[in-house]
Amino acid sequence: MASEPLVELRNVSLAYGEGRERMVALGDATLSIEKGEFVAVVGPSGCGKSTLMKLVTGLLPPSTGTVLVHGREVTAPIPGVGMAFQNSTLMPWRTTRDNIMLPFEVVAPHKHRLRRHRAEYEAKAEALLASVGLAGFGDKYPWQLSGGMQQRCNVCRALIHEPEILMLDEPFGALDAFTREELWGVMQKLWLERRFTAVLVTHDLREAVYLADTVYVMSRRPGRIVKRRTIDLPRPRTLDTTFEPGFVEIVHELRERIQMEHA
Amino acid sequence: MTGRQRRLLRLAMPWLTLAVLLIGWELACLAFVVPEIILPRPSRIMEVIVQRWDILLRFCLETLWTTLAGFVMAIAFGLLLGLAVGASPFVYSGLYPLLIAFNAIPKVAIVPILMIWLGIGALPAVVTAFVISFFPIVVNVATGLATIEPEMRDLMRSLGASQWETLTKVGIPRAMPYLFASLKVSVTLAFVGSVLSETVGGNRGIGFLMLSASARNDSATTFAGLFAIALMGIGVYAACALVEQRMTRWAVRGQPSR
Ligand SMILES: Nc1ncnc2c1ncn2[C@@H]1O[C@H](COP(=O)(O)OP(=O)(O)OP(=O)(O)O)[C@@H](O)[C@H]1O
Ligand SMILES: [Mg+2]
Repeated sequence: MASEPLVELRNVSLAYGEGRERMVALGDATLSIEKGEFVAVVGPSGCGKSTLMKLVTGLLPPSTGTVLVHGREVTAPIPGVGMAFQNSTLMPWRTTRDNIMLPFEVVAPHKHRLRRHRAEYEAKAEALLASVGLAGFGDKYPWQLSGGMQQRCNVCRALIHEPEILMLDEPFGALDAFTREELWGVMQKLWLERRFTAVLVTHDLREAVYLADTVYVMSRRPGRIVKRRTIDLPRPRTLDTTFEPGFVEIVHELRERIQMEHA
Repeated sequence: MTGRQRRLLRLAMPWLTLAVLLIGWELACLAFVVPEIILPRPSRIMEVIVQRWDILLRFCLETLWTTLAGFVMAIAFGLLLGLAVGASPFVYSGLYPLLIAFNAIPKVAIVPILMIWLGIGALPAVVTAFVISFFPIVVNVATGLATIEPEMRDLMRSLGASQWETLTKVGIPRAMPYLFASLKVSVTLAFVGSVLSETVGGNRGIGFLMLSASARNDSATTFAGLFAIALMGIGVYAACALVEQRMTRWAVRGQPSR
């Protein structure tokens, strides 16, 4: 572990607005993410989790502090990321399949190959849709899908181009418990295969512990990182794992820390 | 009422209101003995339409042609300008006040100028139709672009998309429903423009026909011209509405099938 971390945040803060409107959303975050690490961020609503995501990928410039990726300071959106935003950003004028294929149209080198290898890319999209339980929905428009189905598409679009860094902002929020747990398995399998670096924002502590190597707990707004917990449970984790004492203990530990924030 | 009856009644409503209006008009003219030169009865106007349909049709087609030519120019120009205004804050702040000022000028005022520049004939009518009808297109297209959700921009930026890619993949599709919505308004304005030009001074088109008829105190023919314009207006409006429906199905979203 001597190599430098892939993502590093040093005393990063961010304030929205100016003058009297000014509001600090994220106060002083310091953390580092190794290449191939799966990180989960939990914390109370409005504490700056989504903001943190946008800072890491360079969508927002920090008010103070520095964000480093590959050791270089981030000043503009960085390449090689896939983002699933909290609000669905599927385009209503595109079918589900065309939505998912958007990264292929924009990201190099795919955008140069897409025209000639269209069938191959479409097969990829179909396979990914099938893996999240949406086989046969490629020709439907997003508004013809349920909220949970849209979220699954949103996740598919974020990872179809196999980005180096995957940012997931409450990706399974609108799903029922069963589908959600099924998708944890899908996500873990994908991660074990491809070993991308992932940052997951969630309100579900079991989800965080199931998927992540490291869980960060944030304080109330302005968010600071108040706890870092490494999860060294063996992989692959299964649903049975979630009932084991070791797992339950970690969840309790995290819950207690978050409850302190609400006290 | 059953669902079927309700639907039939809804379809019949426009015809019923029209019939009531015309009958009321007819009866009022008869009751108050209105002279034909002031307000001809609808039955008289119909008579004229039937008698002189070939002349009416010829002049109508002239007007239709100039209107559509101006309208097509307005679409092309309005779309380009709307994209520029919507995409760039600099173009917006530079051109928008000018556009509003220009739009506030009554177009009657510029027709004589156009005649000096372009002579008499189809050209001034085409240009008038154009200048009067491009404004709603510009405003709507620009609105469509300017109201793109910030999340959508973030998405494109996170993928490393260029400005051009964001414009073509998000901006233009997003602006299309706004464009098609503006076409309906714009095409009726185009009629106003070309007829205006024909009535101010011209030698062709339904406006000219009406002008010369009223000079001969032939009110029935003048009104027949008005009816013809209204009819063409409805026709092109319906065509635009149909195109809109076809092109932007996604913007209407799914309604439960009935
Ligand atoms: N574009 C913006 N302009 C102004 N304030 C903003 C903006 N985006 C977020 N905020 C504010 O910043 C704070 C943090 O927002 P953020 O979206 O990061 O919270 P979050 O932790 O993701 O919350 P949640 O769990 O509810 O999604 C909030 O108090 C919010 O009001
Ligand atoms: Mg959020």
